[in-house]
Amino acid sequence: MSLLFYIFSGLMLGFGIMVIVCRNPLSSALCLVISFLGLAALFVTLNAYFISIIQVLVYTGAVMVLFLFIIMLLDIREEKSKDWNFLAVGGGVVVLFGFIVQLISVLGGYEDGKQKMVPFPENLSHEDVKMIGVEIFTNYNFHLQVLGVLLLVATIGVVVLSRRQGKEGSENN
Amino acid sequence: MPTLNEYLLMGGLLFAIGLCGVMIRTNIIVILMSLEMMLSAANLTLVAFWRFGGGEGLPAHSYNAQVMVFFVITVAAAEVAVGLAIIVALFRSRQTVEVEELRSMKG
Repeated sequence: MSLLFYIFSGLMLGFGIMVIVCRNPLSSALCLVISFLGLAALFVTLNAYFISIIQVLVYTGAVMVLFLFIIMLLDIREEKSKDWNFLAVGGGVVVLFGFIVQLISVLGGYEDGKQKMVPFPENLSHEDVKMIGVEIFTNYNFHLQVLGVLLLVATIGVVVLSRRQGKEGSENN
Repeated sequence: MPTLNEYLLMGGLLFAIGLCGVMIRTNIIVILMSLEMMLSAANLTLVAFWRFGGGEGLPAHSYNAQVMVFFVITVAAAEVAVGLAIIVALFRSRQTVEVEELRSMKG
């Protein structure tokens, strides 16, 4: 259990670093797929099976296919001649290490975080899909409907944005 | 068995990597990918707090945390769709996805 935790965490963080190191956007997208698969496995170790399946379906399925499709559509290639912007790289590394130092100092003083995970209790229900469904359709029903409106607005917005602009010069949009 | 602090550390490290990627990359598509990584790191933290929410390594009784993760994933998917449509429109008008070349608002 602990070994699997470290394996999947290493997979997630290692390929996460590869995403920002690779020069080719296509390699970045494929590394991000493996990073998200490691994250989904971490959700399984946390007994959140539904979230794990959603992670694989939505992120590594739909979203990453969308990214790969856009990279293919725009025909973006690796730029070998351009160097790194050293000011931006220096700033990024400084922020990264500052964040990590602060994280370690905060977590070091967090006493509740030192509890070890115990196996999922048998008397609690394992049916997390059922529990989440009940929560969504009772307590969070209004939020679910707002989310539906958001998805509708996003769909309409994407269609409007991707219309070809003034192909004959006669259209305004 | 891992502790809560280890999960929080992993989530924080993933968030830091995403933040670093937003700062050092100039390709706008990779910046959007790094944003996705930061959102996923927040999800990992939420689920970790749910799993340890009952104290003594037991899960919390309510499933509110997982409902919130579900909402975050849905909003992130909508955000990616709109963001990529904007990138396509940008590429049509400027023929570039490098943020260094999009400096028309710079004084």
